[in-house]
This record gives sequence, structure tokens and C-alpha cells, in this order.
Amino acid sequence: MKFRIVKDKIAGSTMLVLTILSVLLAVLVGWGLYYKSLPLLEKNTLWDLLSSSAWKPSKGQFGFFAFIMGTLWVTAIAVLLALPLCLLSSIFISEYAHPRLRKIIVPVVDLLSGIPPVVFGVWGVLMVVPFIENYVAPHFVAYPMGYSVLAGGIVLGVMIFPLIIALFLEVFSAVPREMRDASLSVGATKWQTVKFVLLKKSLPGLVASVVLAVSRAFGETIAVLMVCGSVAIVPQSVFDSGYPLPALIANNYGEMLSAPEYESALLFAAFLLFAIIFLFNAVSRIVLGRIKKRIE
Amino acid sequence: MTIATPHISVQNLNLYYGDHHTLKNINIDIPDKKVTSFIGPSGCGKTTLLKTFNRLHDSSLEVRVEGKVLLDGENIYDKNAEVTSIRKKMGLLSQRPFPLPMSIYDNIAYGPRIHGEKDRHKLDEIVERYLKDVALWPEVKDRLKSPASRLSIGQQQRLCLARGLAVEPEIILGDEPTSALDPKSTQKIEELFLELKEKYTIVLVTHILRQARRVSDYVAFVYNGEIVEFGPTEELLLHPKEKLTQDYVKGFFS
Repeated sequence: MKFRIVKDKIAGSTMLVLTILSVLLAVLVGWGLYYKSLPLLEKNTLWDLLSSSAWKPSKGQFGFFAFIMGTLWVTAIAVLLALPLCLLSSIFISEYAHPRLRKIIVPVVDLLSGIPPVVFGVWGVLMVVPFIENYVAPHFVAYPMGYSVLAGGIVLGVMIFPLIIALFLEVFSAVPREMRDASLSVGATKWQTVKFVLLKKSLPGLVASVVLAVSRAFGETIAVLMVCGSVAIVPQSVFDSGYPLPALIANNYGEMLSAPEYESALLFAAFLLFAIIFLFNAVSRIVLGRIKKRIE
Repeated sequence: MTIATPHISVQNLNLYYGDHHTLKNINIDIPDKKVTSFIGPSGCGKTTLLKTFNRLHDSSLEVRVEGKVLLDGENIYDKNAEVTSIRKKMGLLSQRPFPLPMSIYDNIAYGPRIHGEKDRHKLDEIVERYLKDVALWPEVKDRLKSPASRLSIGQQQRLCLARGLAVEPEIILGDEPTSALDPKSTQKIEELFLELKEKYTIVLVTHILRQARRVSDYVAFVYNGEIVEFGPTEELLLHPKEKLTQDYVKGFFS
């Protein structure tokens, strides 16, 4: 056998092994978390853990409902805020902006994604929280408080902003110029072309980008932790405090009370987070498949 | 060469792509309801010239156009000219077919809908009529709702032609419209052009001399951003006056 063919085989199998390892890692993490949460699962039913919002580690009560809802609220607010803004700005950057302007905007947006989360957290504490407390919440609730899921959502939304824009721009640039020309040449305006052709053609890519961004948002910890209030209640409105799962883990792991099963409970929280992201991704894949089939 | 009633009249047209002077002082009259072909080597500017006719360069902000393109006597580069209504007057066929990401039906109905047609029956009629005009109707009439991307390349190109015709243009612009097609589909498109020139003015960009000869009434030889020679097909291809044209049609360079 020639040497270059041997080399080809070696390269192929090395990469296969590496790929298997990285997939295995995900499985291992999931399994490890599950294994560590077994002590908790042995004493409580899964349903109790998920549906109860009583969190009293010293009394051995571990209900995760408030944390799950906290996570969902913050992530949902972040996505709802970021999505329309990102969509419009990426359409502007990709379709309307002068190339020279584009060359300035895109690096700035990229730079935004390089800012450490803790800085966003500080920004949230110094600006977003007081703003909500003094100007927004008083119009809606009797006892306004800045540390809320809204603050968490805003900070998180700003943090996933650059990621979504970068992904959206990538998706738009994959639509051939000639397809836009085809629409323009029957007399469509730019906006009509964007609405009926660009967005339609890009839909699967846009959905996939949002999934990626949401998965990241679920797990974002430090910045959210700093502005959410960390109160283990089920938020009833955007002005209530919340306590997302990642914040729970980060706040408590390592300084656990000597309560039994506390560690197990925190690792179960991590497992839950893992499961939520996994489920979310699985559902999105199915949705994405449907969309792709419909458009082609 | 002078044309009595030109449909498109290009006057002192210059186009710059950044610093590059791509089209140099172009003057040409495109005759009404005839097929006019632009021939020339790759990169000579023939496609660029074609795209100035429906202002497709507008979206490339690096491109600067000077001079006039008169469509029925009105300058399409005039400040007050409305670009969408200019483009509506011209159907465009690109080098490869680009069906829009929707069904066969919606591809044809796209243009009329853009311009405000909502009546379901009228749209049905339009779709049927133009699919028939491009001889695609028998092949697709039972699957109008299926995605246009499932058609063969040749069928897609005819679909794109029908999509352009559906907004009732006066002119058809073809940018090497058969270059991605097999000989059979090419022949179909060429036959269509010969039929369509009864009703439409057709401007074609092609690098296939035989195609220019088969379908066009007039040929312009473009070289290095300039129109070297323009005349009736037989005359230009068989008895070119310019040395450059002679060399090109004899195949000395391409």
C-alpha cells in the first residue's frame, strides 16, 4: 500500500475517534449529572421535584418549579426582546447599509460579543435595575423592584444580540444575489424582496440561529444572577424577582449547608438545565425539518 | 447604424465599477420587437451593459453610471424615474435559473401580486397563460403547488421566463440564458425567443456565435467595454467591417 493511502486511512480514523470522544463527552456529562442526582431522586418522585416550588434545603425540601420558571421567564424575555431588533438590524446591515458602513458596524457588533458577561452584569446593576425600579415598574406594580426577571431578560437579550446578528448575517449572505435580482427585476421593491424572498429563503437558517442563541441564553449565568434578585419564587409578572437554574448552581455550589442531598439537588438542577436544552434542541430540530421540507 | 424607432436608446453611457472604467461611452439603439444579441469575450462588459437596462446595478453601491438610457424616449437614469416601474417593463433571464423559494404557481403569481393583483381567478388565468406561453403547462399543470426547485434546470429556466412575462413587460433581457442548460432545453428556449419576438423586444447576451446567428436579427460585438461593431446578424457575423470583429468571429480569440 502506498504511503499516502495509509496516511489517508490514519487521518480518517483519527478524526473518527476524536468525533466519537466529543459526542461521548456530552453523554458522559449527562450521565454524570444524573448519577450524582440519584440520591435526591431516590427520596423524592420526579414529579414532586419538578412541580413543587418549596425550596428549603435545611428541611430537606427541594422543589425546582420556581427555578425552572425563572429560567424560562428570563430566556423568553431575552429572546422576545432580542429577536425583532436583531432581525431588523441584520436586514439593515445586509440589505440596506452602504458597504462602507457595513465594514464599520460588523466589527463593532462582533466586539460586543467579546465583552465578558460580568461586565454586562455590572451594567445591568448600574443601569438596567435602577431604570426599571424608578421609571418602568412604578407604572405597573405597587412595590417596584429593579432586580427582576425583566432586568435579567434585558441583560441577557443584549448579550445574545451580537451572536444572533452574526448568525443572521451569515444566513442572509447565503441567499444568492441573483435570487434577489429575480425578485427586483419583476418590479418588486427592496422591502418586498426582503419580505417575500429573502426571509422566506432564510427561514430554516434563521430558526437554527435562534435555537443556537436560545441554547446559549439558557445557560448564561453570571450576568443574569447579578440582576435577577435570586429569590426562589415563581415569577408572576416581568417585575417579579426570579432565580434561574444556572444562578442557583453558581450561588450555592461549593458553599453548601450540611443539609443532606443538597449537593445532589444542585447537580439535579444542572441535570435539569441539561435536559431543558436537550429537549429544546430536539424539538427545534423537528420543527426545522418541517420548515425545510415545506420550503426547499 | 441607425434604427428608426429604437425601443431602448443608449446615449454616451459610461459605467465605473469602483475605479475601473467598465463601460466606455456606449451608444446603441435597440430596435423594437427584434432580437438583438451582444457577443464578445468573457469580461468584455456585455452583461454589465445588459444590467444597466433595468438598473440592476442600483444595489451595487460601488457602481457609478453616467449617461442616458432612453426607454421609449424617457431616460431611466433620470432622478424622477421610478425604478420598479422600469423593471416591470423588462423580464430578466439570468445565466442560471433562480426560481423563488415558493411553489410553481406562486413563482408566476409573484410579479402580479407584487403589483397588487389579488383576484384569485385572475391569478389562475395568468399562471396558466404564461406557463402555456413557455410550453411548461403540460408538464406542471398537476403539480402547481409543489416547490419550483423540484423542476429540472431546463424547466426552471422556462419558469423564470414565464415569471418575467407575467408582469407584462415590453422587453426581455437574457443574460446567457442557456449557458446552464442541456442542448434540448437550449433549443426550447431559443424557439421561444423566436416566437416571443412577435410581441417583445429581446436583448440577449451570449458567447455562442451560432446561437446569436440562430436567434438574433441584430448583433453587437462588445470588446473591452466598448461596442466595436453593431449591425444586422448576417452582415456582422459574415462580413464584419472591423478587424477585431473579424478575428473574433473567426475564432482567433474568445
